Amino acid sequence: MTAATTTATTRVIRDFDKPLWRRVLLTREMAIVALLVLVVIVSASTVRGFGQPITLTYLLLDIAPILLIALPMTLVMITGEIDLSVGSMVGLSSVVTGALVQGGIPFEVAALAALLVGLVGGAFNGFLVTVVGLPSLAVTIGTLALFRGLAVGLLGTAAVTEFPEFWTDLAKAKLAGTTIPVVMIPFLLLLVGFILLLHYTPFGRGVYAIGLSKDAARFSGVHVERTKFILFVLSGVVAAFAGVFYTLRYGSARGDNATGLELQVIAAVVLGGVSVFGGRGKIYGVVAAALLIGSLASALRLMNVTSDVINIITGALLVVSVVAASFLAWLQKTRRRPGRPSTGATPTAS
Amino acid sequence: MTTAIPVSSMTKRLSALGRAREFGILLALALVIIAATTNNSNFLFSPDGWRDLLLTPSILVLVAVGQAIVLITRNVDLSVGSVMGLTAYLTGRLFIDVPGIPIVIVVVAAVVFGALLGLINGALVAFAKVPAMVITLGTLYAYRGINVLWTGSDRVNASDMPKDFLALGTGQLVGIPILTIVALIVLAGAAWYMKNTRGGREYYAIGSDPAAAELYGLRVTRRVLTAFVVSGALAGLAGVFYAARYGTINSQAGAGWELDAVGAAVIGGVAITGGIGSVWGAAIGAVLLLTINRALPILGIPDFWQRAVVGLLIIGAIVLDRVLAVRQKRRLIEARDKS
Repeated sequence: MTAATTTATTRVIRDFDKPLWRRVLLTREMAIVALLVLVVIVSASTVRGFGQPITLTYLLLDIAPILLIALPMTLVMITGEIDLSVGSMVGLSSVVTGALVQGGIPFEVAALAALLVGLVGGAFNGFLVTVVGLPSLAVTIGTLALFRGLAVGLLGTAAVTEFPEFWTDLAKAKLAGTTIPVVMIPFLLLLVGFILLLHYTPFGRGVYAIGLSKDAARFSGVHVERTKFILFVLSGVVAAFAGVFYTLRYGSARGDNATGLELQVIAAVVLGGVSVFGGRGKIYGVVAAALLIGSLASALRLMNVTSDVINIITGALLVVSVVAASFLAWLQKTRRRPGRPSTGATPTAS
Repeated sequence: MTTAIPVSSMTKRLSALGRAREFGILLALALVIIAATTNNSNFLFSPDGWRDLLLTPSILVLVAVGQAIVLITRNVDLSVGSVMGLTAYLTGRLFIDVPGIPIVIVVVAAVVFGALLGLINGALVAFAKVPAMVITLGTLYAYRGINVLWTGSDRVNASDMPKDFLALGTGQLVGIPILTIVALIVLAGAAWYMKNTRGGREYYAIGSDPAAAELYGLRVTRRVLTAFVVSGALAGLAGVFYAARYGTINSQAGAGWELDAVGAAVIGGVAITGGIGSVWGAAIGAVLLLTINRALPILGIPDFWQRAVVGLLIIGAIVLDRVLAVRQKRRLIEARDKS
């Protein structure tokens, strides 16, 4: 870990001796955005039906849970932690909503209760990681099983499908005069919120600092534990919100809702340029990556390719993108070597 | 200075056994079996109960042993479930496409294929210096996708495979299922290697501190690569077993097993941060995980709650490890201050 942290630090600091245009344009995030634009243009001109407005509606409806959960996940992963329990939390929140509505409680109250469950679940993760001091990978593999188990245990194999029509219609509704689903409003609000939080507040700087070096962050006065705890709580609440949306969108609350969603979210976050070691990543890269996966999926579906090919593409994109980044870094290092005898000494020299 | 009290080596060994992390998990396993057996004596004392007790965990034991070795080097292999699926389908495909193919060749082919898939993981992790979690998450998708492309909506049924092969899945030798015997041999071999050989100890050294291991001159790249190849090969073997045991293989065979394997290793005391734990622990963890699954309905808990219990078990195990580690650290500091 220490070796990785040092290289991450070196990379960030070394960036500043490049000209501005290179720093802005030749980034991992920009590569993903360019790829997204390319995929959209090529699909729109070659795939029949991709250019139709309805495609956008379904594309956004399908990836809305991923987009939503990817926001807090980005921050969690920039601190060097991970939350594998989000997919199970979507299922649990869905089941809690369904079970309460079935028990005669108004939908609005049930949805609030589900968000509360998300808060408690996130706080549980946060407590184990920050107070007890356990590795988040292990903790959230445990809560992945626990939350899913609670969801399946509460409803068994039953499904609740009776929800107020007003809400199920709203989940699938489009904004007046456009083809953009209504769910994009809460997403955009959260997006702006998380961008401000991560990129424009001391809290956000602390998030990066923790990912680069936990000890240095603590000595600089960042509340490491408190920050991580808040992030896990946010992750739980947003996952629970995505669960309520998921329930309404498909009109069904089941224990196995959104199984495996955590891996799709993490794939999008990593593809979007967030380092698994922490300290690196931007929200717009992650959003572009989620849209990229979604666009590829819907283009392929329109071409009648089985939906499972998307798995290969997601996986291959993920592997190729990280290996390419690592290869470019190696190339840069070997090219620089004649001019600078030791790249390791760069931070102190500049 | 402490005065030396003569202690027989037997007592010493016994007390070491009592303190070992694996002993606690073994105790938990014994409790589960005793509780289930008192509720329904068929759980242990019937030919079927005895067989299921040994047979059910065998496949997961293999995957968990491979996972433990990878975890000990401070990496993780999330692709094992997908590797299992691919090798299980390969097994079925070979029996269908090459009539009369010897079983040994099929087993070897599946293991080699699994090892190759593991080699891809290992090469990407070791040479590209990319975190194993990202690489194996990618190959989890990619391998499963290839499996779906290859299989489509096709399915291999028991009737497509020779009777002798299926007999492997349920057959017994002196009262012990054949799969269990194979799993035990693999386990004993891996445990001996990890504990007693220079190579095995190097895995621990790498996991404890990769940078120090590199400086010390250990061949980190080669060891990490080997760990992934072993994990892939064992997942390949598990795939063959899966085909023999269940008889039907569709494109989703082995899906989700990666989390069970990591869970089993963590329950058995293998630290996800590397360098700590044993393959024995991981194997006992795998047995405990699946035995609890079968014991719950007998204890009157609807089996819908299985996953919740598994989750509590994983969290309980890592909290316990943390408490033990903190206590040991305090004891070491006290010992240092006294001297």
